[in-house]
Amino acid sequence: MPRPRGTRFRGYDKWWAVLQATPLAAILAVFLLVPIATLIVVSFFDYDSVQIIPGFVLTNYRDVLGAATTWWTYLETLKFTVIVWAVTLLTGFWLAYFLAFVVQSRTWQTTWFLVCTVPFLTSNIIRMISWVPFLGRNGLLNGTLLRLGLIRAPLEFLLFSDFAVVLTFVHLYTLFMVAPIFNSMVRIDRRLIEAATDAGARPWRVVLEVIIPLAKPGIAIGSIFVVTLVMGDFITVRLMSGGQSASVGLMISNEVALLQYPAAAANAVVLLAVVLMMVGAIVRLIDLRKEL
Amino acid sequence: MTRRIAIHRPKFGRRSALQLAGAAIASGAVGGFPTIWAQKIKDVTLRQFGTGVSNLNAIAEKVKQDLGFTLQMTALDTDAVTQKAVTQPKSYDVADIEYFLCKKVFPTGVLQPMDTRKITNYDKIVPIFITGKLTPASQVAQGTAPHTVGFVESKASTKFASQPTEWMTLIPTIYNADTLGIRPDLVGRPIRNWKDLVDPAFKGKTAILSIPGIGIMDAAMVMESLGRIKYGDKGNMTRAEIDTTVAFLIETKKAGQFRAFWKTFDESVNLMASGEVIIQSMWSPAVAAVRSKGISCTYQPLAEGYRAWGGGLGIAKHLSGLELDAAYEYINWYLSGWVGAYLNRQGYYSAVLETAKQFMSPDEWAFWMEGKPAKTDILSPEGKVMEKAGAVRDGGSFEERMGHVACWNSVMTEDRYMVQKWNEFIVA
Repeated sequence: MPRPRGTRFRGYDKWWAVLQATPLAAILAVFLLVPIATLIVVSFFDYDSVQIIPGFVLTNYRDVLGAATTWWTYLETLKFTVIVWAVTLLTGFWLAYFLAFVVQSRTWQTTWFLVCTVPFLTSNIIRMISWVPFLGRNGLLNGTLLRLGLIRAPLEFLLFSDFAVVLTFVHLYTLFMVAPIFNSMVRIDRRLIEAATDAGARPWRVVLEVIIPLAKPGIAIGSIFVVTLVMGDFITVRLMSGGQSASVGLMISNEVALLQYPAAAANAVVLLAVVLMMVGAIVRLIDLRKEL
Repeated sequence: MTRRIAIHRPKFGRRSALQLAGAAIASGAVGGFPTIWAQKIKDVTLRQFGTGVSNLNAIAEKVKQDLGFTLQMTALDTDAVTQKAVTQPKSYDVADIEYFLCKKVFPTGVLQPMDTRKITNYDKIVPIFITGKLTPASQVAQGTAPHTVGFVESKASTKFASQPTEWMTLIPTIYNADTLGIRPDLVGRPIRNWKDLVDPAFKGKTAILSIPGIGIMDAAMVMESLGRIKYGDKGNMTRAEIDTTVAFLIETKKAGQFRAFWKTFDESVNLMASGEVIIQSMWSPAVAAVRSKGISCTYQPLAEGYRAWGGGLGIAKHLSGLELDAAYEYINWYLSGWVGAYLNRQGYYSAVLETAKQFMSPDEWAFWMEGKPAKTDILSPEGKVMEKAGAVRDGGSFEERMGHVACWNSVMTEDRYMVQKWNEFIVA
């Protein structure tokens, strides 16, 4: 509703709004805009084996986009992203469904949700590394299977493989899917589900035509989390593949290690563009503003 | 980061103090300095940086005790060391860098050469660093051999001299010969050659280090061992040689030969200790770390020889006066034995063996340097048992190990191309 003209608070309100927005704007400017601007500027600099040379060259972008290695690496990273997204969505959705609809009491919902977050009390890296002794050739899993007589030789694919990478990602990131979907689901008006059931819908149809459409914002937010986290990862892929797989993040970190900052910056700009497009696509599919 | 303590200039004039100092150094009378000078030098702080290998706090403490001045150490990783050396030349006084880095760093003019006449034990430095030959009959190894970047033509020059001159770029401090580490209990047969790394019998149980410049040389040792190629210089490959080497690595990777590629010291230790890998590129302290867990691990000498590396101390260009004198005094002290013994006891080698010997027990010397069985338990500098009595050092004596260096760590002319190809290998 438009504010009546000429109120004496108008100027004060405007001033107050600006004041409220200033801290966030300042933080974003200093810690987001300036670094990204620097990144873009440096991506056009030249370099040799020991230093960066200010200038304006396109060689960094030509090197990044022209190399077959880059395309393979992007393909590999996208492969991990798609698999991890699909698995976390599936497990995350059903976990959230269980919490929201199967568990009836509020107390238990909260309790189970907190149980889900227990692994997050330790650091990311520790949760990752702890898979190594479990999955290794002489690890717990192989040892148990051997003792039970289920396998004759240790399963090698368990560690230092794509399997290990995906498993770790799923372990690390499923909660990022569960939380927003659960949040969307608990807001669904139960009367809608009752109405659907009364109208003769089977449970599957209720899920497909009532719950999924209403949980879409949660699914979108969870997907944005998982996609950006996996696309930008550099350490999980290296540790869990035993250095045998590459990811875009790893490629950038290698360039930084070799002091090829302009090349790393160009690579980062490309990655940023790709991830923004992916997020853009997700947001386009589901109008988050409207749904929220 | 710490700050340097301001140096109090002598009130009676610096020149006279310098003359005294110069006279003291020229006479080589370490310990017999005039009192005033000895007082002033206590206020000096030298800032040294380098990799963790030799930037040890024990050394700084001993410097304070023996020489009176303060040595500030900053330990960085190899990549950061290069960057600091070149881009922040005013931020350090003494650079502790590897010889292959010296090839990149010295020509940029951030260091000053050292006058060999002021280095007391110059004549006793192991000849590898002077002529490139351990004995007059030895072959000069490939790669960035230290003596090729060890001297410049004059005090003002940044051009490396082909012969020893009076102007030394780095004073060697620490060096070693690297080879493959193996699990003798799991390989099930004697390991004699670099090519054993790609033996199909060890499929899925080998690893190679993924620091491109070093990994490719280990790969080159394997290639030559297989007889697939003969390099002009393993440490400075042509594009065609790089292509062939990387193609071979990709082929081997696709066949499932490698279990993992490692980048850090502890990764290599864990791979070996857990039995994921039974033969791999390794560094000597990593072998010691596996053994300290009670797991057998051998630093296996191989027929084709070792890949060696070495580092040294260089003096920053901006250093002059009292600080420069302190730097020379520090370097002379470094070569005078205590540090040498410390490093030798860790399984590395020091530049002047004669002086280090005086600081080691005869049994320690026999074990580390002569390859003889230990008569008593061998202790690390921190006093931890490293080897039990009766043990023999892998690879044997100093001459046997350093006399069989095939190649030195290096920087290739085609460095950037090599790194690109190495990335292809990792992605493949």
